Amino acid sequence: MSTEPMQGAELLIKALVDQGVEVIFGYPGGAVLPIYDALFKQNRLRHILVRHEQAAVHAAEGYARSTGKVGCVLVTSGPGATNAVTGLTDALMDSIPIVCLTGQVPTHLIGNDAFQEADTTGITRPCTKHNYLVKDVRDLARIVHEAFYVATHGRPGPVVIDLPKDVLFASGDYTPPEAVTHKSYRPQVEPDPQRIEEAIELIRGAKRPLFYGGGGIVNSGPKAAQLFTELVRTTDAPATLTLMGLGALPASDPRFLGMVGMHGTYEANLAMHGCDVMIAVGARFDDRVTGKLSAFSPNSKKIHIDIDPSSINKNVRVDVAIVGDAGRVLEAMLAALKRRKAKPDGEAMAAWWRQIDEWRKRDCLRYRKSDDVIKPQFALERLYAAVKDRDTIITTEVGQHQMWAAQFLRFERPNRWLTSGGLGTMGYGLPAAIGAQIGNPGATVIDVAGEASILMNIQEMSTAVQYRLPVKVFVLNNEYMGMVRQWQELLHGGRYAESYTAALPDFVRLAEAFGGVGLRATKPSELDRVIAEMLRADKPCIVDVLVDKTENCFPMIPSGAAHNEMLLGPEDAGGSKKPVSEDGMVLV
Amino acid sequence: MSEAIERHTIAVLVDNEPGILARVVGLFSGRGYNIESLTVAETDPANNLSRITLVTSGTRMIIEQIKAQLSRLVPVHGVHDLTDEGPHVERELALIKVAGTGEKRIESLRLADIFRAKVVDSTTESFIFEITGSTEKLNAFVKLMEPLGLVDVSRTGVVAIARGPRGFS
Ligand SMILES: Cc1ncc(C[n+]2csc(CCOP(=O)(O)OP(=O)(O)O)c2C)c(N)n1
Ligand SMILES: [Mg+2]
Repeated sequence: MSTEPMQGAELLIKALVDQGVEVIFGYPGGAVLPIYDALFKQNRLRHILVRHEQAAVHAAEGYARSTGKVGCVLVTSGPGATNAVTGLTDALMDSIPIVCLTGQVPTHLIGNDAFQEADTTGITRPCTKHNYLVKDVRDLARIVHEAFYVATHGRPGPVVIDLPKDVLFASGDYTPPEAVTHKSYRPQVEPDPQRIEEAIELIRGAKRPLFYGGGGIVNSGPKAAQLFTELVRTTDAPATLTLMGLGALPASDPRFLGMVGMHGTYEANLAMHGCDVMIAVGARFDDRVTGKLSAFSPNSKKIHIDIDPSSINKNVRVDVAIVGDAGRVLEAMLAALKRRKAKPDGEAMAAWWRQIDEWRKRDCLRYRKSDDVIKPQFALERLYAAVKDRDTIITTEVGQHQMWAAQFLRFERPNRWLTSGGLGTMGYGLPAAIGAQIGNPGATVIDVAGEASILMNIQEMSTAVQYRLPVKVFVLNNEYMGMVRQWQELLHGGRYAESYTAALPDFVRLAEAFGGVGLRATKPSELDRVIAEMLRADKPCIVDVLVDKTENCFPMIPSGAAHNEMLLGPEDAGGSKKPVSEDGMVLV
Repeated sequence: MSEAIERHTIAVLVDNEPGILARVVGLFSGRGYNIESLTVAETDPANNLSRITLVTSGTRMIIEQIKAQLSRLVPVHGVHDLTDEGPHVERELALIKVAGTGEKRIESLRLADIFRAKVVDSTTESFIFEITGSTEKLNAFVKLMEPLGLVDVSRTGVVAIARGPRGFS
């Protein structure tokens, strides 16, 4: 069945093509020249040349998250590989399927401190789901197929394949994907029916149920989001989503309470605190969500659905653990609910909804409007108004702007909100937007950015220009590392150490210097016009939105505080003003 | 859920491949778990499998995490908590060097006999004893040798296997 022996680099390309790879984000160097040579000789794989290897991984993440496919990366040995580490860690934390090919010095030089040698498998072991060093060309195709299997099965994640240069030159036989089955890795996908029955029993007896959906729903695929929505609607129970889960339930659904967690809504957090049955689907009880663990949702029975058994009972003890793919579990739960015609108690539910409506009246995202200065929240409201009827993909950087974007932009479907949740990587948004635009040429792709974060991967403007990608960078420019400034104001006595950036570039001219379009809004009245112009631009575009420099992001549950100790904004009369405890100070 | 610290012996079947031990050890150090002992050797050459036996301690929640985290490593074929799964046999082997002459030398031999330690090497001034048994037994023997001229100890760490007719599945 195998044909002529092929050169390692050609075997690699064939294996990638057979895995359905269409695009690879990369950056060349000595160790991977044979691969670039093989790429040059073919036209099935498209290579996107980034300007920094970290960006290659973020672009692959943006591509993967917006298309549901695997993101593929190619970098050289040594510095190429070490530059990719932040991206790999980001993908690991957010469970994004990535296959990253790294060049390596030839096998006979490994361990010699050769030029551009790094112990890539050693360095990336803790920041990948799995990694491989290919020592023999005969293993190459099999390992590539295995890597795709590992990256996409079970909880998705990044996989590194380290490729010594001599292996890329050696010739060997091709192994097709069908001939490869993994020896040991068989994650559980189908749920245990007994657990489903127990979950249904709890839901049926619930008086104050709450759905808590996370990125696992999005990762499972659009079908899972559809089933989640159906389950929420069938039970008519309130639902909240994590930062990673936004879009898993249409934001317009009246049962959606908004995001949960540190900057989540008042109603979502209090519902989490007060519910009696919590149904966690593909969410991992992250510390940004739970706040103080000992006070987390003290009176609820918890059902936890997750594909990763190690996520269960890690932070919070649960009552019913269901291991499996979110889609399969939701399907089984819906079937069981319908079969048993099970529904939570109607009268109790009415009371629960009345309580939630009370909380909603608090209008926790309210902010002080202004005619003179652009409030960041207002800028996002205007942005949303302008893009809501388009197919829009939003990426973000990290900071206040990210949290405001999560609060003020609304997502009707999954795969349209791409943010660095687990690692919180400044510099994620622009390369992720590039990847998303490559994967979705017709979509409007906008990176909601902060002026500090955007400088961490600003060089990718050059990539966007090269490939004529009309990505838009919407900078909420407060001249501060706003989130740092906010913590310093609330937790460190207003000592603003190093959180102000003097000597910021002129973002308009910067965009133009790259060959893109630069725009600026300085007053609220200019916003709509500038946003319209941004949407019309057929080139990469940076919009410098000069916003209120000292606005804070509320609600906020300070580290170490419980959900019912949330801080509300200055517009709210009755919010908790409890100072942060010393225990909380040490937390991040 | 009890916060008491439990000690567990866990057997892990893994692919015998480069880096596997680093994965296991890195998991423990990266997540701040304890390793009291760890042994590894190839046990099924035909299938290229090694068996790791490790002894760890932590609260029940941590022990469950450790097992889940181990199971999640891609080259891991199976994880068994021997402490939880019922009766099992645990053994450790040690080589113990005692140097001395006269009364002490004779006393060390006498104690070795009681502990069924074997003399595997001797010179006019030293013995090497080989002893197998539970960790506690080895600890006790080492303690007794201390005043008798103990100069060196090399221990394997615990290996363990479940009782009864069934194998590792
Ligand atoms: C790579 C990296 N370094 C440092 C941080 C810590 N950090 C979190 S938010 C933030 C400030 C971000 O400032 P900006 O991009 O201007 O966003 P803003 O909060 O002002 O909206 C910093 C430094 C981080 N998340 N990532
Ligand atoms: Mg800022």
